[in-house]
Amino acid sequence: MEVGDVDAGTSLHYSFEVQGGDFGKAGDASSKVKRILQQIGADPEIVRRVAVACYEAEMNVVIHAHRGTVTLDADLKYITITIEDVGPGIEDVEMAMEPGFSTAPDSVREMGFGAGMGLPNMKNCSNELHIESTKDVGTIVRMIFENA
Amino acid sequence: MKLEIVAQKLNLKQINEIAQVEVSSGYASDLLSDVLARAKNGALWVTNHKHTNIIGVAVMLNLAGVIIAGGVEPDAGTVEKAKEEKISLFTTDLTLYEVVGRMYELGIRGCC
Repeated sequence: MEVGDVDAGTSLHYSFEVQGGDFGKAGDASSKVKRILQQIGADPEIVRRVAVACYEAEMNVVIHAHRGTVTLDADLKYITITIEDVGPGIEDVEMAMEPGFSTAPDSVREMGFGAGMGLPNMKNCSNELHIESTKDVGTIVRMIFENA
Repeated sequence: MKLEIVAQKLNLKQINEIAQVEVSSGYASDLLSDVLARAKNGALWVTNHKHTNIIGVAVMLNLAGVIIAGGVEPDAGTVEKAKEEKISLFTTDLTLYEVVGRMYELGIRGCC
């Protein structure tokens, strides 16, 4: 699909692969999402919120999972980011949502990640955050942003 | 204040081309999620990290630039990514505390 203005009744759909453990390429998918939203002329404040939330979610895949996919869906009303990964899953989603809770290894914390602020950031940036996780299978995170 | 003026006044070592942008505010933190949550559009960020992901964070937030403090040299991948993404990157021998103090003296304030 061509990237252009989102007219009434049309929608965008893009998917990007994310590789677990690849810190060199980490953030590339979010960067692409951000560029697409800028190209379609989304409100800069919404672009910032989507970019931050998407980056946090992408980093979670890089840090914790084997691989994943970042999907962007946008229409006139909503921007939806879905991050689906194959990985260890989240044992206790409620606990993971607590600011400061993290299961990230020390090597990742030394890089400035794993402070337990990622999921709270995603919640603050989005209008809706849904997490479905199955232990030893993977996690699906869906974030919805009202496209003002 | 223009980024190149700030760079000049702080005697920062320029790693790539300096973007012609205004510095809206300053931010200092080594927790990436903290930067993502609070740094504003156009902020100049001071950190001790040297890895590639600092550029990723700067891109997400449209930061004016990144200063690596404490005499730390960026990884080769970080320099490459900064050039590719056109994020102005600097280093300095000054400590993070000293850089922030001097930025404040120039009139650059925090964002919240």
